[in-house]
Amino acid sequence: MALAAMQSVDMQGTMAPKLAVQKLTLSNFRNYVSARLDVDQGPVLLTGENGAGKTNLLEAVSMLAPGRGLRTAKTREMDRAGGDSPWAVSATVMSTMGEVSLGSGREPEGERRLVRINGANARSQAALGEYVNVVWLTPQMDGLFQEGASARRRFLDRLIYGFDSAHAGRLNAYDKTLRERSRLLKEGRADAAWLDALETQMVERGIAIVAARKTMAERLNLVCRKADGPFPGAGVAVTGSLEDWLGRMPALQTEDRFKQALQENRRRDAETGGAAHGPHRSDLEVTHLGKGMQASLCSTGEQKALLISIVLAHAKLQAAELGTAPILLLDEVAAHLDADRRAALFEILLGLNSQSWLTGTEPGVFEGLLDRAQLFRVANATIERIDNNN
Amino acid sequence: MNEIEQVIQLLSRLPGLGPRSARRAALHMIQKREGLMRPLADALDRAVENIRICATCGNIDTHDPCSVCTDPKRDDTQICVVEQVGDLWALERTGAFRGRFHILGGVLSALDGIGPEDLNIESLLSRVGPDQPVKEVILATNLTVDGQTTAHYLTERLAASGVSVTRLAHGVPVGGELDYLDDGTLSAALKARHALES
Ligand SMILES: [Zn+2]
Repeated sequence: MALAAMQSVDMQGTMAPKLAVQKLTLSNFRNYVSARLDVDQGPVLLTGENGAGKTNLLEAVSMLAPGRGLRTAKTREMDRAGGDSPWAVSATVMSTMGEVSLGSGREPEGERRLVRINGANARSQAALGEYVNVVWLTPQMDGLFQEGASARRRFLDRLIYGFDSAHAGRLNAYDKTLRERSRLLKEGRADAAWLDALETQMVERGIAIVAARKTMAERLNLVCRKADGPFPGAGVAVTGSLEDWLGRMPALQTEDRFKQALQENRRRDAETGGAAHGPHRSDLEVTHLGKGMQASLCSTGEQKALLISIVLAHAKLQAAELGTAPILLLDEVAAHLDADRRAALFEILLGLNSQSWLTGTEPGVFEGLLDRAQLFRVANATIERIDNNN
Repeated sequence: MNEIEQVIQLLSRLPGLGPRSARRAALHMIQKREGLMRPLADALDRAVENIRICATCGNIDTHDPCSVCTDPKRDDTQICVVEQVGDLWALERTGAFRGRFHILGGVLSALDGIGPEDLNIESLLSRVGPDQPVKEVILATNLTVDGQTTAHYLTERLAASGVSVTRLAHGVPVGGELDYLDDGTLSAALKARHALES
C-alpha cells in the first residue's frame, strides 16, 4: 500500500508544496533584534559567514513545531543577549489545513514556551504538531552514530512526531514519571503504592513509545533499504530489552514483563539512578546495506549520506501517507556532499511537496538549485534577498 | 510605599493579574470608593474572619462541617475526589453530581516534595469502610501525569475498603484540568465514568 502510494508521489513530484512557511518574523531571538522574511514555497537558501545567524533562522523555523528545536535549547537560551524582552517567533504557514498563523516565545516571567495559533493561546505546544512538522540535519548530528544513544533516540522520535502527534506527549509523561520514581527511590521512600502508581504509568506510556518506534523503523525500512541514486540503502532497527520482549510476546504480556522488571529492579535502580529497563534505554541501529556495515564503522561521509537517506525516506513516506512531507532544515549539508550527491539531493528536495531550508557559506554550494530557489544573504543578523528571480 | 501602591502590589499577586491589570483594578476601585472599595474591603474582612476548612472533606465554607457535607438531600453513597476546591466548584456548576466530595489539596509529586502525608488521604480512607454508607469513590483528579499518578495511588489504597473506584471518562483531553472544561464535557465525563483497575 505505502509503496504504491509513494510511486504516485514521485510522479506528481512537481506539485506545489503543501507545507511551507510564507512569512517568518523574529524578535529578540538569538542574535536577531528583529527580522522578517517573506518566502514562497520553493527551497530557501541562506548564505553567509559562520556566526552570521543562518542556523538561528533554521532554529526559529524549528520552533514552529513542538519540542525544544534544532539545538535542543532551554527556553531562556534563545533570548537575545542583552535583549529587553523575551524571544518570539511568528509565522504564516501554508499547511494541509490551509493558511495558519503560528507564534511562539518565552513567557515574560518564566521558562515556559508559549504558543499561539491563529491569534489564540494554545493549551500546549503539542498543538503545533497538528499543523507543522519539521525535521533537520545539522553539523552537530555528524557524530550521531558515535555518540550516546540519547541523540539517536531523539532523532528517531522526531521522525515519529509527524505521524503520531501524541508521541511527544507520551515521551514527556514517561520522562516525568521516570524522574518521579528515581526521586522516590533516591530518597529511600519505600511507599509501595506510590511506586506502583508511577510504574503503572511508566509501563503504559513506555510500551506505547517502544511500539511507535518499532513501527516507525519498519515503515522507514520499506523506503530506505533501497539506495536512492547516490544515497546508500540504510537498514534501520530499534534495539533494547523492551523491543526484544515486544518482538517475542503480545503487547499485554510485554506490559506485565516490564512492570515486573521495574518492581524487581527498585533496589538496583535506587543505587544507579534511572531504571535498568525502559524506552529511555533503547537505541537506533543503522546499517549501510551496500557495504553490509554498521553506520558507526562507516566513513564520516558515508554516515552523513546514511542520515540523508533516512531523512529523505521519512519525508517520502510522510508525503505518501499523510499528503505532506515535513519542512526540512538542512544546515551545512550541501557543502560536504560530492557533486553527484549534491545534485541528487537538490532534485529530491524539489520533488518533495514541502519546503526545504538550506544553509551554506557560499552561493556556489547551491549550484544547480539557484535558479529554482530563493537565495538570501545573512550578515550581522540581517537578511537580504540576493537572487534576481523576483 | 503609600496605601495605594500597597493595594496595587497586593492585587498584582493574584492569579491572572499582572502589574498592569492590578493598577487598572486599583484605579477602578479608587474611583468607586464607597460603592465598591468599601463593600469589598468589608466582605474580605468578614470572609477572613469566618472562613472554615471542612474537617470532613476539605471544602472551604463558613462553617465546619461544610454545607455540602451537611446537605441532607445529597447522596451518601458516592464521594467524588478532586484536587482543589476550584474543581468542586466546576463540578457543582454542572449540577450533574449529587453525592459528597473530598478535596485532596493537591497531587502527589516527588519532584515537588509532595507526598501522601501532605494530602488529605487519611481523611478520605476514614470516610470509606464497612460501617460507612459509601459505595462508590469517583476519582476526578486532573488528567495530568501527577493527577493520574495520584488516581492510581488512591485506587490501590482504596482497594482494601471494598468500595467501587471509578474514574472520570476520558472525554476529558489529556493534560486537561477540570477547571477549564465546559459544563457539558464535564457532565458527560461524569456520566461515562468507568471502573479503574489497580
Ligand atoms: Zn465538607
